Amino acid sequence: MEKVTQALNGLLGWVDDRFPLSKMWNEHLARYYAPKNFNFWYFFGSLALFVLVIQIVTGIWLTMNYKPSAEHAFASVEYIMRDVEWGWWMRYMHSTGASAFFIVIYLHMFRALLYGSYKKPRELLWLTGMIIYFTLMGEAFFGYLLPWGQMSYWGAQVIISLFGALPWIGDDLALLIRGDFVVSDVTLNRFFSLHVIALPLVLCGLVAAHILALHEVGSNNPDGIEIKKNKDANGVPLDGIPFHPYYTVKDIVGVVVFLIFFCAVVFFAPEMGGYFLEHANFIPADPLKTPEHIAPVWYFTPFYAILRAVPNQLGGVIAMGASTVLFMFLPWLDRSPVKSIRYRGRKYKTALALFVISFITLGYLGMQPATPTFTWIARFFSVIYFAFFLLMPFYTRTDDDKPVPERVR
Amino acid sequence: MSNEVMNSNRRRFLTAAATVVGGAGVVATAVPFISTLTPSARARAIGAPVEIDLSDLAPGGLKIEQWQGKPIWILRRNDADLSGLEQLDDKLRDPDSEVEQQPDYASDKYRSIKPEYLIVVGLCTHLGCSPSYVPQDEDHSLGDDWLGGFFCPCHGSKFDLAGRVYAGVPAPTNLLVPPHKYLSDTRVLIGDDSGVS
Repeated sequence: MEKVTQALNGLLGWVDDRFPLSKMWNEHLARYYAPKNFNFWYFFGSLALFVLVIQIVTGIWLTMNYKPSAEHAFASVEYIMRDVEWGWWMRYMHSTGASAFFIVIYLHMFRALLYGSYKKPRELLWLTGMIIYFTLMGEAFFGYLLPWGQMSYWGAQVIISLFGALPWIGDDLALLIRGDFVVSDVTLNRFFSLHVIALPLVLCGLVAAHILALHEVGSNNPDGIEIKKNKDANGVPLDGIPFHPYYTVKDIVGVVVFLIFFCAVVFFAPEMGGYFLEHANFIPADPLKTPEHIAPVWYFTPFYAILRAVPNQLGGVIAMGASTVLFMFLPWLDRSPVKSIRYRGRKYKTALALFVISFITLGYLGMQPATPTFTWIARFFSVIYFAFFLLMPFYTRTDDDKPVPERVR
Repeated sequence: MSNEVMNSNRRRFLTAAATVVGGAGVVATAVPFISTLTPSARARAIGAPVEIDLSDLAPGGLKIEQWQGKPIWILRRNDADLSGLEQLDDKLRDPDSEVEQQPDYASDKYRSIKPEYLIVVGLCTHLGCSPSYVPQDEDHSLGDDWLGGFFCPCHGSKFDLAGRVYAGVPAPTNLLVPPHKYLSDTRVLIGDDSGVS
């Protein structure tokens, strides 16, 4: 036994002389010190990584049977569902994974709003995260066209038309995205390419950058106190514990709990009542007929509701774009000296609560038909949504923040 | 190795020259990558004109055909429909069709060559959904004063029976009238109007 250990250590030494294996292990796991007070909200980073792996692996398997052409795409998805052994599982894992990805990412982002994780010195961490989010939106949009159902087709038509509504360059840009005068076989084929190669590559690169940026500045925590300010004689943060084994094990528990919910959906409610897989998408794309009621998948509906709330075409597109881009400015809009919600005053707490309510309400309204009443409600909550961001410099600067302790609790 | 002092001017010049030449190369390489994204020769060729037979279209009926992959509507309007168009002016955004969404020969109040037949591209000018035809006497929730027209389910835009957009809806312009010409009383060619205007 001792000889085996010796041999393995020798091998590790041989590798370490040629590749920084132990160095990387230590820097990012064994001697990466994370705050000891992580709570529930800190599961979602590792869960996002886990879902990314699910999406990549099931995606590779789906690609083996999927045909990216207007003529065969719909039938090839049906073929995967009915004739390919376990094909239904592969597809439901992927379709449920798409929604799970956004649930996890939205909770991950909400965590940042709770504990001020975007604030100095984590601005670049937040920005790389936002770019990941935008890439993920693109990835989801491109992927949604692939089954070539009615909702795929008309959803793509509407979203591409959003770009077409831009002044001067709009028409040419829409033409360049479609590669044809209408959404067609050409569009489907290029969306396939972007969905399976281009954006996943970009995503993986960005995730690496996100983690590198995190490990450079160190994790924030529910108290919003920089643990690097209090170190022992060896330079180890007093309130830090090694990521491995403490948080690797904790995150595995998170994965297990996540999988309970995830599998419940995959096996018992893969369509989630039309929220994860929309009913209209079980009808093949028909370029001559728009379904009676069209709405994007749930994760885009808050922004879609904002688009519809503005009675002007270009204005709606700009408002919709702004509603997503504004998140990027949070590190500079927030003027509070305090990071965590635990030490913030009433103003930020109220603002955040109103923002969450408006985000969820807009998400609901975006799924409903645009009746006059609903449109007015959407306008009301759109104003609150934007006020959260635009008034932030004022209400965070004048808030009655509490004193922050020296050490984490 | 010589002991000469480094010539920093020469180094700067070489760096600048290499950057400019390399940058020009990158820009030139962008041409094929962007060109490939534009519609191919085949995609451009598919836009050939289509001929449509109207002889089986009853008054009040709507026919949907395809041209350039887009839905083309031919609506046969009756006299009541046509007189209804004149009562709507103050509810419309562009009642006189001043925005160029139609060829000159279809710019009158009926937006058609023959008042009887309305021919438009059936895509909402807002975000490209295909609106539904809602006649006056059909069940609808568009109000008692609805005289018939088109309603877009996506974002609630409304158009009258001449494809003119109502005010206060998201669609900015009237529905597009494609170039077309009549080959006989009941045959129309969509996508070609040579010799008409």
